Amino acid sequence: MPFIKKLLSIASISVLSATALVARDQVHIAGSSTVLPYASIVAEAFGENFDFPTPIVEGGGSGAGRKRMCEGVGLNTIDIANSSSLMKQEQWDACQETVGKVTEVRIGYDGITFSTRLENEGFNDLTPAQIYLALSDKSTASSWADVDPALPDVAIKAFIPGTKHGTREVFEKKVMLAGCKVVGTYQKLIDEGLEKKPAEKECFKVRTDGSSVDIDGDYTETLASLDANPEGIGVFGLSFLLNNTDKIYAAKVNGVEPSTETIASGEYPVSRPLQFYVKNSHVSQVPGMKEYIEFFVSDEIAGPDGPLAEYGLVSDPELSETQALVEAIE
Amino acid sequence: MTETSHTNSLFNVSSKTKNRNAAERRFRIYGILAISIGLLMLLVLASTIILRGTSAFQQTFITLDVDLLESKLDKKGNRNVDDIKKVSTFGYSPILLNAMKKVLEKHEISTSLKKKALGGIISKSAPSQIRDFVLEDVNRIGQTVEFKFLVNGWIDGYIKGRYSRESVANSKFASAEQFDLIDQLLEVGVVEKKFNFDFIFGADASDQRPEAAGIGVAMVGSFYLMLVVLVLSLPLGVAASIYLEEFAKQNIFTDIIEVTISNLAAVPSIVFGILGLAVFINYMHLPQSTPIVGGLVLTLMTLPTIIISTRASLKSVPPSIRDAALGLGASKMQTVFHHVLPLAAPGILTGTIIGMAQALGESAPLLLIGMIGYVATNMPTTISEGLLSPNSAMPAQIYEWAKRADPAFIERAWGGIIILLIFLLTMNTMAVILRRRFERRW
Repeated sequence: MPFIKKLLSIASISVLSATALVARDQVHIAGSSTVLPYASIVAEAFGENFDFPTPIVEGGGSGAGRKRMCEGVGLNTIDIANSSSLMKQEQWDACQETVGKVTEVRIGYDGITFSTRLENEGFNDLTPAQIYLALSDKSTASSWADVDPALPDVAIKAFIPGTKHGTREVFEKKVMLAGCKVVGTYQKLIDEGLEKKPAEKECFKVRTDGSSVDIDGDYTETLASLDANPEGIGVFGLSFLLNNTDKIYAAKVNGVEPSTETIASGEYPVSRPLQFYVKNSHVSQVPGMKEYIEFFVSDEIAGPDGPLAEYGLVSDPELSETQALVEAIE
Repeated sequence: MTETSHTNSLFNVSSKTKNRNAAERRFRIYGILAISIGLLMLLVLASTIILRGTSAFQQTFITLDVDLLESKLDKKGNRNVDDIKKVSTFGYSPILLNAMKKVLEKHEISTSLKKKALGGIISKSAPSQIRDFVLEDVNRIGQTVEFKFLVNGWIDGYIKGRYSRESVANSKFASAEQFDLIDQLLEVGVVEKKFNFDFIFGADASDQRPEAAGIGVAMVGSFYLMLVVLVLSLPLGVAASIYLEEFAKQNIFTDIIEVTISNLAAVPSIVFGILGLAVFINYMHLPQSTPIVGGLVLTLMTLPTIIISTRASLKSVPPSIRDAALGLGASKMQTVFHHVLPLAAPGILTGTIIGMAQALGESAPLLLIGMIGYVATNMPTTISEGLLSPNSAMPAQIYEWAKRADPAFIERAWGGIIILLIFLLTMNTMAVILRRRFERRW
């Protein structure tokens, strides 16, 4: 049938031409939803100031972004993965094996805050030990006052990031484990004959009786949960807190108020580096990629007076080293 | 006379009849209750959407006379475009600040605000607005031009009643002094709230400038998605259903196909997204985040709906018409294309429109093929760019906005919902009108 032949050839031609057109002219980024706002601010300014089209930035989570970047080389894979946690050594090796050289570019630091609604007064100061005692799976406390009489007599209800978030790792290491050590549970576990790793794992465990709720969505979901449970305490990134100071306030941790200054100086204990991973082999193929990376870490953007710091990123005191590193990418 | 004969008379209703009538009355009340609960829900939903969303269509603007100073924009003074391009948007901020100070002087308003807070009243999109204007024609440097800029989202939030002086007490982004100044500027007419066309036609903006974000590019993305869906699923769906309905023999094989199609229609849309990622992106290497991939995925989703409704409307054409045509010597194909298909066309179109309306509101499969994020930034200029350059779609854009930190984006999400609903309403109304006007009953 000539008609069918014609139809088939048209279909195959269109598919072929679509594949031929895969060559793209903008940088493609995905990953951490914590880095997403910063990356979108840079992408927007990049599109305005350069002759390259605005890069596209997707969310999806740190792990998912790194996985997509390490999938392979080729223009239908992403170029840059935003990440709020560091790549583990095994993943780093495996990734380099598949896609060639990868560069880790640190853009600054992010603080993690324990915040609650303004009307839920009294949570001005918390310590990792208190949080551990309240949220550990060994805890039977039902009120914050049970944990420490200095705290308000309010039922324990915490909304913490789910396990797919990079933030969870920081919460486990810098809050739960730190608290576990202060309280002495960690030492007890070691004394009982546990290895280091299993003992740490034991400290990470949060209670499952409903007093601690995992939030798999974004901070907006945590905020909505606080609306429904005004006595609840939520874990938020610093920039999210800064955008919502009309509804929530953050507790000091170990007596230090979370702010860009205290995080930069290292006084505020719960912070983590933010970074993105660059697939070096794409730099020569995607127009504007190198320029984007350099623009991202320039003083104008990532410096202490740049738009990123204004939005809540804690700028990296060693930014010039990162700039040199980026310069060398080929 | 016994009592029973009394109760059976037409005038004296028996207790059984009474019960029966009461049951009917009760059932009617249940029905009315069900409808009124439904209506109430609809009312609550519609009024919430309208109450929260309409404010997105208005935005606060500030009018400033900007001196395009040569000393800042073209230090060499040779009007060389490449040199002028080197001045980034950050270099344009001082000009804006000057313009702001000038307007305050003109209206004799004094303020204690520092440089940063004063400049912060204007949206961060303003410098690029001036820069684009200058680069369009470099001879404009040296002139004084009147610009209308967006006002920062926080200040706009104050004018719309989202923030008050108390609620920004702890805020790093806005202050009560800024609100005081805005009140004065409102009075003299430098600042005004106006309808914002850029919300409907503009591109997405970064987290730092919610006031500049628009749904326009995502709308174009949705349009291309629908184009792909229409071009692929209508011919495929109609061909498949004509063959199945008119030509294929009824056997186990066609029965299996039928069951499969009905099952496919009930498959959750996210599954099609995973399929699209695996087949179109990972295997066929089509570019990510593009409307062509999104359209292909949505086609898979819409096809079963179209096939089912097309088959139903083909079935509803009475056999006598086929018999008459065949009896007059028409071939099977002539019968179908000359008689059956035209009579079934209104039903097919209705089914297609409803299927497309469903696809238009779909965001879950788009999540997996990368159409959600800071994506809808460049307005495509050609059809091939529209199909092959990364874009978002309306529901995906709404979802993206609802996730962002600044509450100003939530307002825009509600506004986006209004626009999406208008599209869906139009499409569904069109389907109803088509059915009413052209449908034949036998």
